[in-house]
Amino acid sequence: MSNQIKLGLGALGATLFASLPAWAQEATTEATETATETATAAAELVPYVYEKTVHNGDVAWMSIATVLVLMMTVPGLALFYGGLVRTKNMLSMLTQVFAISSVVCIIWVVYGYSLAFSYGGSMDTYVGGFSKMFLSGVDATTLVPTFTNGVWLPEYTFIAFQMTFAMITPALIVGAFAERFKFSSLLVFSILWVTFIYFPMAHMVWWWGGPDFLAEQQTLKLIAEAAGDTAAAEAAAANLAANGLIWNWGALDFAGGTVVHINAGIAGLVGCILLGKRVGYGKESMAPHSLTLTMVGAALLWVGWFGFNAGSNLEANVITSLAIVNTFVAAAAAGVAWMFAEWALKGRPSLLGLVSGVITGLVAVTPAAGFAGPMGAICLGLFAGAVCFWFVAYVKNMFKLDDSLDVFGIHGLGGIIGAIGTGILVNPALGGAGIPDYTSVPGTLQVGAYDMGFMLTAQIKAVLFTVAFSGIGSFILFKLVDLVMGLRVKEEVEREGLDVAEHGERAYNM
Amino acid sequence: MKLIIAAIKPFKLEEVREALTAIGVRGMMVTEIKGFGSQSGHTEIYRGAEYAVNFVPKVRLEIVVSDALSDQVVATIQKTAKTDKIGDGKIFVLDVEHAVRVRTGETDDDAL
Repeated sequence: MSNQIKLGLGALGATLFASLPAWAQEATTEATETATETATAAAELVPYVYEKTVHNGDVAWMSIATVLVLMMTVPGLALFYGGLVRTKNMLSMLTQVFAISSVVCIIWVVYGYSLAFSYGGSMDTYVGGFSKMFLSGVDATTLVPTFTNGVWLPEYTFIAFQMTFAMITPALIVGAFAERFKFSSLLVFSILWVTFIYFPMAHMVWWWGGPDFLAEQQTLKLIAEAAGDTAAAEAAAANLAANGLIWNWGALDFAGGTVVHINAGIAGLVGCILLGKRVGYGKESMAPHSLTLTMVGAALLWVGWFGFNAGSNLEANVITSLAIVNTFVAAAAAGVAWMFAEWALKGRPSLLGLVSGVITGLVAVTPAAGFAGPMGAICLGLFAGAVCFWFVAYVKNMFKLDDSLDVFGIHGLGGIIGAIGTGILVNPALGGAGIPDYTSVPGTLQVGAYDMGFMLTAQIKAVLFTVAFSGIGSFILFKLVDLVMGLRVKEEVEREGLDVAEHGERAYNM
Repeated sequence: MKLIIAAIKPFKLEEVREALTAIGVRGMMVTEIKGFGSQSGHTEIYRGAEYAVNFVPKVRLEIVVSDALSDQVVATIQKTAKTDKIGDGKIFVLDVEHAVRVRTGETDDDAL
């Protein structure tokens, strides 16, 4: 399996050379040699020249992937959450998810994209700048790099794809404090949260120059070093390191395990602790009002997740195929694991357990989608499904935690398992795709050497950072909104239901 | 006239209706209800949150018949709705003072 993937990457490199006429012939020969040999041959290096090629297939795939992620949010997540609350709060869930998505959509093009994906000057390690506010400088001709040398994507496509991620992440949080959060405060909180937590996180994890920029700077550095020009070599080295904080740690996050899931999971945990339990929690029945709709929502999430995970490859190539297989099998494995665990320990296999397991598997495979092999993804799914079941069914009750729809138990914990698991399963010896290496042989993608100690350290550092950043940041934002406008609805509103009290309508007039 | 109120298992409704029609009952009111008696409820589990469901679904029949038919109706319901398991239901018989048919203004036994 690992050989096949390596071959896949090799074939990818070969195709690239064919598509890069500007590449010097001698460089092609060097590309087959090892990194050290390249360094010694640096004197013969010519500056890396590349063309930006846009493939129609990539644009088509990414357009579909983008709307698939929108489908995850509305209607997928909205229905998944909506079915899990009581009848009197159904519309509040649908409205919250729909409203947050719409508001963040606008914020994204106004300043969100700029904060996440533009150069941030002295703060570049942590957050982008304001140079692309109102999509300034972006037009139909501007391109962004993908993960393959010479292959670029229209910037509009990238903006739209990443927009859907920014839209779904704050919407994920609302499940943790469902049935009791004041709508006006929620909108304010979501705007603050994406601004101060999500955009910087996206920048720290995903901001990098792209393969062509790295190849160019690496080549310049080698040439400068060979020529003894230390100033130029240092400048090139600085450019090579001009990435987001977590990217520079070497942490792998294919589709947003840290940025989306751990981030939202921790914010949800902080939120549900600060808000406290729902009125009547533990005394009254808070059974889901429609598991049918929850199943519909979960199924839409599963389908949409192919856009989320495989789309994160930004191209339609072999890694896209791998991410699609992984997204299938990890979800199924976690669903099966949750179902059997529940069957064995609680006596019955429940639909809610099964679909919760599937979502857990999708969360866990998110950072691993393009890195793990399919068998690795199954193991990841089985493990995440069983552990998250145990947490949700037992540990949560021990702490009397009213994380209403298990945002932490599924997204937070599942995301942490996925992030750390990615560091193990990326190992080619375990069937993983290996660590992408763009600089050993500038201009072609190599599979880097796997060092488990380094990888696990990087992944755990990324997890701990995200937990701390999201935890402390969200705490401050919740407190701020609470001081100014209050977080929670009045008790009588909660008893009456948010639908009628806050939105003036009912989900079902029958 | 007697008002016969019976709480029975929902799946027995059709069988009871047929049997009562056969002995000459010409109308009844049916309501879906929840309640508890000797039959204990059950437990539902949603992601580890366990809820004891104490009220079980039943069907409530309300039948007004002439005094002469009353005992036969009670016996028929009792026989038809019986499954020999806990939760088969209860039958109550009350006196009715007066009855009017809305369309014609007929009263008492004639209104039934």
